[in-house]
Amino acid sequence: MHHHSHGVTSPPPPPPQQTQSTYKPQWPTDTPRVGFFTHLQSNPAAAERSINRWLHTISVRPFKRPAISDQQKRRDISLQRQAQNRRDAQHQARCLASTILSLQPAQYEPAEPDHQLELELELGLELQSEIECEEQRQDLRDIDDVRQASRLKGAEARRWFAKQLMLPEWMIDVPERLNTDWYVFARPAGKRCFVVSSNGTTISRLRNGSMLHRFPSALPNGARTSNNSNSGQSYCILDCIFHEPDQTYYVIDMVCWAGMSLYECTTEFRFFWLNSKLVETGACNAPSTYHKFRFSTIPIYNCDHEGLNVAYTGPVPYVKDGLLFCNKHAHYQSGNTPLMLVWKDENCSQYVIDTDGKGQVPNQQQVVLELLVDGKLATSDDPPVIFGCLNGDFIQKRKRILHYLGKPNRARPFADSYSKVVFQYTVRHSPLRIEHIYASISLSSEEGNKISDLDMAG
Amino acid sequence: MEVTQVLLSAQAVDSTVRKHAEETLNQFQEQNLPGFLLSLSGELASDEKPVESRKLAGLILKNALDAKEQHRKYELVQRWLSLDVAVKSQIKVCLLQTLSSPVPDARSTASQVIAKVAGIELPKKQWPELIGSLLTNINQVPPHVKQATLETLGYMCEEVVPEVVDQDQVNKILTAVVQGMNANEGNNEVRLAATQALYNALGFAQANFSNDMERNYIMRVVCEASLSPEVKIRQAAFECLVSIGSIYYEKLASYIQDIFNITSKAVREDVEPVALQAIEFWSSICDEEIDILDEYGGDFTADSEVPCYYFVKQALPALVPMLLETLLKQEEDQDQDESAWNLAMAGGTCLGLVARTVGDDIVPLVMPFIEENITKPDWRQREAATYAFGSILEGPSPDKLMPIVNVALNFMLSALTKDPSSHVKDTTAWTLGRIFEFLHGSTVETPIITPANCQQIITVLLQSMEDAPNVAEKACGAIYFLAQGYEDVDSSSPLTPYFQAIVQSLLIATHREDAGESRLRTAAYETLNEVVRCSTDETTHLILELAQVIMRELHKSLEAQKLSSDEKEKQNELQGLLCGCLQVIIQKLGASDGTKFAFLQYADQIMNLFLRVFASRSATVHEEAMLAIGALAYTTGPDFTKYMPEFYKYLEMGLQNFEEYQVCAVTVGVMGDICRALEDKILPYCDGIMTQLLKDLSSNQLHRSVKPPIFSCFGDIALAIGENFEKYLMYVMPMLQSAAELSAHTSGADDEMIEYTNLLRNGILEAYSGILQGFKNSPKTQLLIPYAPHILQFLDIIYMKKDMDDVVMKTAIGVLGDLADTLGSNAGSLIQQSQSSKEFLNDCLSSDDHLIKESAEWAKLAITRAISV
Repeated sequence: MHHHSHGVTSPPPPPPQQTQSTYKPQWPTDTPRVGFFTHLQSNPAAAERSINRWLHTISVRPFKRPAISDQQKRRDISLQRQAQNRRDAQHQARCLASTILSLQPAQYEPAEPDHQLELELELGLELQSEIECEEQRQDLRDIDDVRQASRLKGAEARRWFAKQLMLPEWMIDVPERLNTDWYVFARPAGKRCFVVSSNGTTISRLRNGSMLHRFPSALPNGARTSNNSNSGQSYCILDCIFHEPDQTYYVIDMVCWAGMSLYECTTEFRFFWLNSKLVETGACNAPSTYHKFRFSTIPIYNCDHEGLNVAYTGPVPYVKDGLLFCNKHAHYQSGNTPLMLVWKDENCSQYVIDTDGKGQVPNQQQVVLELLVDGKLATSDDPPVIFGCLNGDFIQKRKRILHYLGKPNRARPFADSYSKVVFQYTVRHSPLRIEHIYASISLSSEEGNKISDLDMAG
Repeated sequence: MEVTQVLLSAQAVDSTVRKHAEETLNQFQEQNLPGFLLSLSGELASDEKPVESRKLAGLILKNALDAKEQHRKYELVQRWLSLDVAVKSQIKVCLLQTLSSPVPDARSTASQVIAKVAGIELPKKQWPELIGSLLTNINQVPPHVKQATLETLGYMCEEVVPEVVDQDQVNKILTAVVQGMNANEGNNEVRLAATQALYNALGFAQANFSNDMERNYIMRVVCEASLSPEVKIRQAAFECLVSIGSIYYEKLASYIQDIFNITSKAVREDVEPVALQAIEFWSSICDEEIDILDEYGGDFTADSEVPCYYFVKQALPALVPMLLETLLKQEEDQDQDESAWNLAMAGGTCLGLVARTVGDDIVPLVMPFIEENITKPDWRQREAATYAFGSILEGPSPDKLMPIVNVALNFMLSALTKDPSSHVKDTTAWTLGRIFEFLHGSTVETPIITPANCQQIITVLLQSMEDAPNVAEKACGAIYFLAQGYEDVDSSSPLTPYFQAIVQSLLIATHREDAGESRLRTAAYETLNEVVRCSTDETTHLILELAQVIMRELHKSLEAQKLSSDEKEKQNELQGLLCGCLQVIIQKLGASDGTKFAFLQYADQIMNLFLRVFASRSATVHEEAMLAIGALAYTTGPDFTKYMPEFYKYLEMGLQNFEEYQVCAVTVGVMGDICRALEDKILPYCDGIMTQLLKDLSSNQLHRSVKPPIFSCFGDIALAIGENFEKYLMYVMPMLQSAAELSAHTSGADDEMIEYTNLLRNGILEAYSGILQGFKNSPKTQLLIPYAPHILQFLDIIYMKKDMDDVVMKTAIGVLGDLADTLGSNAGSLIQQSQSSKEFLNDCLSSDDHLIKESAEWAKLAITRAISV
């Protein structure tokens, strides 16, 4: 622009009011006389704008009126509700089905705990209980996602959760690539359990499904607190060991977190998630009114020489009960898995050799097996390993090795696994020592140097 | 073709003549568009022709270039751009030529058409000579041409965005405009047109306002124009000042003293339209500073793009007295007149904004005025004092206000019962409402309302509901905020003992003969709604009773027959209010299982009433009934199925209502409620619904704001019917794809467009999400695989554009998870290959927004699973 520079000068006083000139602003009225074709209708928005250009500042300010009409408020509340409902529906869809557990009819249907017999158990099965179980199994099969499971109560919950824990096999030989594909950590001694937080309460359930504690916790939706912003859909399932001496739940795995299933996620990912999420919630804080028990993560190591060493010898705040080895690529699966292994010796566990009900080490190895309908005696493995058959012939032949001892403790829902039987056997005879494991690591790490390091994508 | 006669006939009073002419024009347009447009431009340009035909020719031309509806507008733009260049230039010559016509209407119409053409062509770098040719000889031409040229420039600046005009041309425009505004411009019409043009051109003057010299010059000219002897020019100049105040707030420091002098003189001495603008200047400065301080968030070290200059705070000692003076200039009947806007109202509104801007500082400046006037015999003084008090209740801290309010409360209660002036009572009741709105509620430490005074307050307010309609309406408003203050109480509300009395009084107010005045009936129902919303379990049984009362009212209203059109309108309004009230009641009672089942016994009855309401012609009533039905569906769940056979036709009707698009929008939203309530039981109705929704999407007539929710609704339907959605895929997916492309490549020209683009993207993404989740675990999942690359590409593009809002981001990251969740390894590899999925996921994982983070965590899980399978 080319013009002179002027400051804002003090303007002259306003002139006296004059009569308005006859000039009218030429904002043409857009609308012709009635009924011109509709699609040619003038642009009301523009017309409005033209008019408002000279009125806009006048009409927008409400006078003695709330900023928003109640009708608008109703509309907004409806829209909010609809959006929230859509979110919930989506969230529900997302948490559904993708979390189907391995409850599809298995090729082999393991018997219910009640059918389990130790070798001394009388053989008469009550027909009635069998029918009952059949029905229950049917009910449980309908529960195809953990969200529903998290709402189960009483006996149903017991039965459902009794099947869900991932159970380690016992290490009877050292797996390959231990140093690259496995984690190791010192297992706390205590009660293995599932901890479920949902609907503002937290419940822990033992391996047999029975309830250990019901308590408020800082887990998502684990207590009824006003600042719990999680929706009703939100729930958590943690795989824990309850350690009596310090009354702490040591979390060894995470199955579901804040409504999201981690089944089908690799161990690597689950552990990462566990370690990043648990602390955020305050679940690891000291107990308080809304948080009755402390939760704790466990230091987990890559199973190289150093990691194994720390896990084996390093101090931990809890009583150790052996070492757990977890394959990094394994998904969480219920039941026995060779991708999680337990190993122990006298240095890292008080209970290397199984004790009996009185805490004594019996002279002979005791085994719990499952009595199948056809009389076979099976381990808890899937497929089961048949150790024998309850007929006269079997009992006759193997009498030297196996002895009936009586009904198992009712709290033990499962027969022993094959690996346990073997581990217990070797412990008594020629145990797998820590040196063997160290040696295996050194060996495979030499090999491992040659192989390019395959890491997980994602 | 001789268009003159046809154009005149098209405006004939005789409808057959008119219809025939319209058809002729239509045919002409369809058969020979270039010829049609040329004839119209020739008609407009010809001074031989009658002004009526010229005006209509111009109007049709204008409408051939622009439309309200986005798609239609786009088509028209494309149509113009594809016209033969020779034709277009001939039309443009005609248009420019018309600007010299002695006929004002022809000039003015032409200037609007020119602006429309410019709006299309300038962004395409066409018609580069336009501004040059407008400005040639601007100083040599006769005043009427100069005036038309300036007007054209003004319209043009309104049509195009500043980016498409280069600075050199902006300089030329501003030079011409500012010269036209100059005090030595002898012709008032020219000066007015220039001032009005500046108003539109201000947005283009960014660079010029950054230059001290040029800014000084523009400011001087505007200030001088604000002192013109011509009222219209002064008013237009003040409007420019208001606009400068908001666009160039940060440049005002050196002028603010002068502007204060000018505005305060205008407020005190000028005619009302000018004085109102002068007050508006300060209101808009308050708006600016409130926004800036809002961004500071109370933390003065925090960043804001624009610093706060505290103009209001500095002007406070002079500004407040000036505004207080205006409060005494009330009009006798302003309380009865809905559209009234005068000095006292504008001044009080501005005072309220000043209080929000400066907070505590305003209190000592206003208190003496209140104390001096509140007991004066003249109602104006008492009303002004009360209005001043009510105006400053938002802004200052509760600590500052509480002691004053505690003293004032009793005075107000007594004034509301005893003051002889209805004006004073009106403002007093309003002030009580403000007290409750801002100083009563769970966040306030020491409660204003105590067990000791609660009963008295309610008694007085209920009494006032029997006062004049305008006073009663304000009393309803006070109860509204009184109830709202207790919305957070858990199980026991202090209002419980009065619940029945309050509801009774409100119902009585709705039945008053004069409830139609001062929107009393509306206010009473709205207050009833709020009282219900904020009630606790203690009064559930009373709400159940209320439900029956309202249902009876609705029934009664539906029975009324043979009404005059005036009565009919009232009936519609009442039915709308009753449906609104039932909606609130349904939501309240449906919210907890205990009350839900008690309420559901009335579901059949209530649904019957709603269905009958659709016989009414009023859009508002349909909208309210729809919303209430949505709430009902949500409450009944799958049981809603039994209403579908009868309800379906109204659902369809709602979806077809293009004209009253809010009804259509609400119906689309309620469709979602019904999908979630019925789940797969909605299947039998889906063919019809989907057909209608697809038609809606293709329609050019339907308001664009309804389209994003329609996409979301596809998602709702897919989620409800799962793999049965298969047969709609071939229609829906291409539509989603093209909409996605459109929305991916829209560059946000303005805030409104950005907002719409985000809404559209969210709708599209919600559709994808619902479809993907709906198909999950179905053997038909593979049908979706071919669409996955496109969906991922869409996510890539919108992520890289970086203009997503939080809502879109949350939905988008969810869709990424849905792809992985539903398609498993099929999507896993695509996701790994996609350009930005990983980065996008990480962005979302580290988001501050809780919902985004939650979705992202889920998506991460789903992707991890998909990749590791």
